[in-house]
Amino acid sequence: MSIKEAAHAVMKKAVQVAPDKWMPGATPDPLIRQKHGLIGTPVSRLDGPQKVSGTARFAAEFPLERMVYAALNYSTIAKGRIRELHTAEAAAAPGVVLVMTHLNAPRMTRVPLFGSNAKAAGGDDLPIMQDERIHWNGEPIAVVLAESQEQADYAKSLIRVAYEAEPSVTTFEVAKASSEQGVFQGEPLLLEIGDAEAALAAAPHKVDVVYRTPRHNHNPIELHGATVAWDGDELIVHDASQCVTHTAWSLAQVFDIEEEQVHVTSPYVGGGFGSKTLWQYQVLAAAASRLAGRPVRIVLSREGVYRIVGGRTLTEQRVAIGAQADGRFDALIQTGVVGMGRHNNMPEPFMLPAKSAYKSGTFRLQVEAARMDMVGNTFMRAPGEAVGTFALESALDELAVNLGMDPIELRIRNEPDKDPTSGVPFSSRHIVEAYVAGAERFGWNQRNPKPGARREGEWLVGLGCATATYPYYRMPGGVARITLTNRGRATVSIAAHEMGMGTATTQTMVTADRLGLALQCVTVEYGDSHLPGVVLAGGSQQTASIGAAVTAAHDALITELLKLAGKESVLSGLDSEDVIGRDGYLCDIHKPDRRESYVSLMARIGREQITVEGTAPPPLEFTHWSMHSHGAMFCEARVSGVTGETRVTRFLGSFDCGRILNPKTAASQFRGGIVMGLGLALMEETQFDERKGRIMNPSLAEYHVPVQMDVPEIDLIWTDIPDPHAPMGAHGVGEIGITGVGAAVANAVYNATGTRVRDLPITLDKML
Amino acid sequence: MNNFTYVRATDVAEAVRQGGQAHAKFLGGGTNLVDLMRETLERPSVLVDVTGLSSAITDREDGGMLIGAAAKNTAVAEHRGVRTRYPLLARAILAGASGQIRNMATVGGNLLQRTRCTYFYDDDGSRCNKRGPGQGCDAIDGFNRIHAILGASSSCVATHPSDMCVALAMLDAVVHVTGSQGERTIAFADLHLLPGNHPEVETSLSPGELITAVELPALSFAQRSTYRKVRDRASYAFALVSVAAAMEVDDGVVKGVRVALGGVAAKPWRALRLEAALTGRPANEESFRAAAEAELADAQPLRHNAFKIEVAKRTIVAVLAELAGDRL
Amino acid sequence: MSVNINGLSVDLPSDARVSLLDLLRDHLDLPGTKVGCNQGACGACTVLADGERILSCLALAVQYEGRSVTTIEGLTVEGSLHRLQHAFIEHDGFQCGYCTPGQICSAIGMLREVQRGVPSLVTEDLSSRSIALTRDELRERMSGNLCRCGAYNGIVEAITEFAETSK
Repeated sequence: MSIKEAAHAVMKKAVQVAPDKWMPGATPDPLIRQKHGLIGTPVSRLDGPQKVSGTARFAAEFPLERMVYAALNYSTIAKGRIRELHTAEAAAAPGVVLVMTHLNAPRMTRVPLFGSNAKAAGGDDLPIMQDERIHWNGEPIAVVLAESQEQADYAKSLIRVAYEAEPSVTTFEVAKASSEQGVFQGEPLLLEIGDAEAALAAAPHKVDVVYRTPRHNHNPIELHGATVAWDGDELIVHDASQCVTHTAWSLAQVFDIEEEQVHVTSPYVGGGFGSKTLWQYQVLAAAASRLAGRPVRIVLSREGVYRIVGGRTLTEQRVAIGAQADGRFDALIQTGVVGMGRHNNMPEPFMLPAKSAYKSGTFRLQVEAARMDMVGNTFMRAPGEAVGTFALESALDELAVNLGMDPIELRIRNEPDKDPTSGVPFSSRHIVEAYVAGAERFGWNQRNPKPGARREGEWLVGLGCATATYPYYRMPGGVARITLTNRGRATVSIAAHEMGMGTATTQTMVTADRLGLALQCVTVEYGDSHLPGVVLAGGSQQTASIGAAVTAAHDALITELLKLAGKESVLSGLDSEDVIGRDGYLCDIHKPDRRESYVSLMARIGREQITVEGTAPPPLEFTHWSMHSHGAMFCEARVSGVTGETRVTRFLGSFDCGRILNPKTAASQFRGGIVMGLGLALMEETQFDERKGRIMNPSLAEYHVPVQMDVPEIDLIWTDIPDPHAPMGAHGVGEIGITGVGAAVANAVYNATGTRVRDLPITLDKML
Repeated sequence: MNNFTYVRATDVAEAVRQGGQAHAKFLGGGTNLVDLMRETLERPSVLVDVTGLSSAITDREDGGMLIGAAAKNTAVAEHRGVRTRYPLLARAILAGASGQIRNMATVGGNLLQRTRCTYFYDDDGSRCNKRGPGQGCDAIDGFNRIHAILGASSSCVATHPSDMCVALAMLDAVVHVTGSQGERTIAFADLHLLPGNHPEVETSLSPGELITAVELPALSFAQRSTYRKVRDRASYAFALVSVAAAMEVDDGVVKGVRVALGGVAAKPWRALRLEAALTGRPANEESFRAAAEAELADAQPLRHNAFKIEVAKRTIVAVLAELAGDRL
Repeated sequence: MSVNINGLSVDLPSDARVSLLDLLRDHLDLPGTKVGCNQGACGACTVLADGERILSCLALAVQYEGRSVTTIEGLTVEGSLHRLQHAFIEHDGFQCGYCTPGQICSAIGMLREVQRGVPSLVTEDLSSRSIALTRDELRERMSGNLCRCGAYNGIVEAITEFAETSK
């Protein structure tokens, strides 16, 4: 263990054993108690009218004076160097303004790798077009700028290149031979409690099997793109981003300018799922724009997205469970290897769910990373959990079969009363309730445990279930600004993101409730790096991060108002925690009749507006408590006895994710996750040709994502029990929906047919 | 996409004249050609838009039908005569692509769709004998789950992607073409070619020849026909295997049967061996299976597509059983 | 050489390579029509050409000379949303909103096809003259419009409500 790791471990232990009252979240957010506000009511998206009318402008939709269009060329070898590069013909083609290659690109600093700094955004930290070296098959080798997209695309096709290839590692089997310990968020992905192998060997019942999941690509429908312009040394980037502040800071490092000189805006993002961070295209567009002295619109082709934006990597996971006849676990082992790029750090942490899902006498959990010459793999919706729950929850099902026990009963028998590996208490865990309610609603008791027992025509029908789980996170850096006007209107400003999660709407509701204002009196500003805060839309943590920052800013606002209002106000003498906002008034929390309206307070103060900022406390709560979202997923699958085709015909998600702030948008997040989970289960696979390290299906025609016909009506229920230690009592709901789905489908397919598929996706060839 | 001259043909003669120029291509709905041009897999210097030519769907005196090559896929599928007399053709069309694409795509263009082989599409990253004759084929030892099990060669293992063509092959359609040498007809079975040593030559059309119409001959039992498509998702995906079939059963015996397969070869695969083996046999699953086995006896699987052999057999049996219906 | 876009006559581009999609987005600054794949595999670029839904990414603009094209921008009349647009908001038929214009245009074209009696792959009786818009019919017909956010259920509900209240 390094000194840094040791210090980290000591800190973590100190936070775990510290008294509750020292922790953020020790005092429940007052909003949890509030029953009559907007929270919990279904509010339609506030940005809906813009989105349905086509007036919402996305990243590559800003027309600028003298703007030129970009096209990229990509390498076709995995490793080596460019031997010859012929660009004269392209440069002479009609409309071409610039051909940029490593020979004329400006000198740039490497993009800081995500995680290397609080604001680092890079998917990898390779030099970008700085020399003739090639690091993966698909790396950009040239940028063409032209007056029209057609001209740029055509000129690009005229570039001729010859390579000198060098030996590369593009096969997983070869890479595995020298795999390394995975390190995620500063901690090794390794956890051992007791002698799990010995306990497994001694257990009377066991499963010990290997599961495999392939590479995936996010495939948001909006192609990665940006509009980029320089104004002197100031860089303006209209980006599609889930990390505007990170992108601005990182681009500032690349171009050696001040952070404030980069302005990244991203008011609308056409889906991200982990992919809309900083990749080479923004850097190349900015560099080319600077060289050409013209604004640049860059939109990657769909192939381009596959070539230069990393996806989820492949995993090979051994899951072994040793159990007593009554189902109790003696050993829980989940270990394996994932592919990883050579210049990034994302060892798909599939072992995370097993850290807190079940009680067990012993544990052995480990993720190793096998470095390959490929585009840097990255986080994709529920990184770790999406594929980790497939293996873990399939193994649970296999063990239940082995024991002759109902799989829900098996899970309940191993339900922990505290976090089974860290020993800290759960903040809020109601998974059993979710299972019971889900089973009842889904009609689980109609399931015949015998596989292949139910046939309707040529279709074999089965039911399966699995646990969904995703941690509550909150990252440091949450800062929010609130501006209150003398007309009783408030604006919250925070550099957060709206990619369809409903953040803009939900946070407007929360702020309105917190201030006691009507929805239409509150505006939330977001998607702009010049706003306060460092807020990543990732890890399902944005809701908590914004919530904690706005809570702090709100506290500052009330303190300031009370101070400025002085002794004349009826509220004089009260502290900020003694007042609440309601119906446009600040009220004494104990005597709500003692109140003064915001308008009156502001008039008394004599200011047009008051602006305050608040900083969220350090995120210690999820170390002190074990904080997770949970769900019970139920699936009905039909498998054709003729063709082996699998169709999911019913699905229920029963969730326990704290308080649901906006049932309308939260339901869409749950359903959306489940739909992507159906893709993971049944069809999604990025075909990586190991001979050349090249992705062979970089297209929405050949990489299948679920279409309308693949998706049944998805039923949802939730416990709606607030987590007392989370802002608003809420958990993020963006990622949990995809977890557990792979296993729920695979378990249903097993129940339908008796065929156990351990290698995703469950395509028809595996069902014959 | 390279630059090109766009001309709109107002009659067949002009189309043929314009299409006779060097590197000219006929443009239908553009649903395949425009994509291929954007990928630089097609680089025409002249595009002759033939969507203004005949799109009429007319009955013929011999009981068949004639479909103008410019007819849109949707128009064919919704045509009452097609739906009632050639239901498999309507179903095959409706199984393909999406509503939007079917509104654009023409019958003539559908016949000339090119393969979805991912190595063919990977212009500068992979070797392909179809794209660059003599380069070699990276699909044979690559990802070949979607590739051919019948009629392939050591040069090429690509499949033809059309659904409609499978139905037309089953119906023994006749393709009407016009070129600088005049008009002629081509039996559907002779339109598409197996790869052999020249996978770059995909059809028997002469350079500059224009497809003007597709003739559907009368087939007494075509009304009892269907099309089944097997694919990786429930809609909007190319076929892994598809089966077009029509059958006439008399007193429990197969009197007439037609079967064609999609997704298995470089051309829509007419199952003549199956038809011969099944005609005159009892209409039961045993003889269906035996006939399917006969048809696929020579199938050659690649690393990832052996499943297609069994899927094809099972789907044939299921489709024929469905057509036999209560006569089984 | 012109094409009618949302009621206005527009000159066709001199470069024949320009797709209808790029004409709208790059030349006319009508970015409501979206680009998701530029190869006919996602449906985001769906517009209505003489009332029929097509993919503007696979359409060369010059091919549409003299035709009338309606985009998402053309569905809004004097700032007032189309009823189907309202239904999408009400039923949360989208999340990020990027595929949404294509979904809405596609749905309008699709409903016309149903009205006209165009069958689909799930239509059991091909000889039937009228089509009931069942959930399966709707899902099959809308399968050419991908939504990666997975708002498919809401899309079905929005279109169903609109179709039922339009009868």
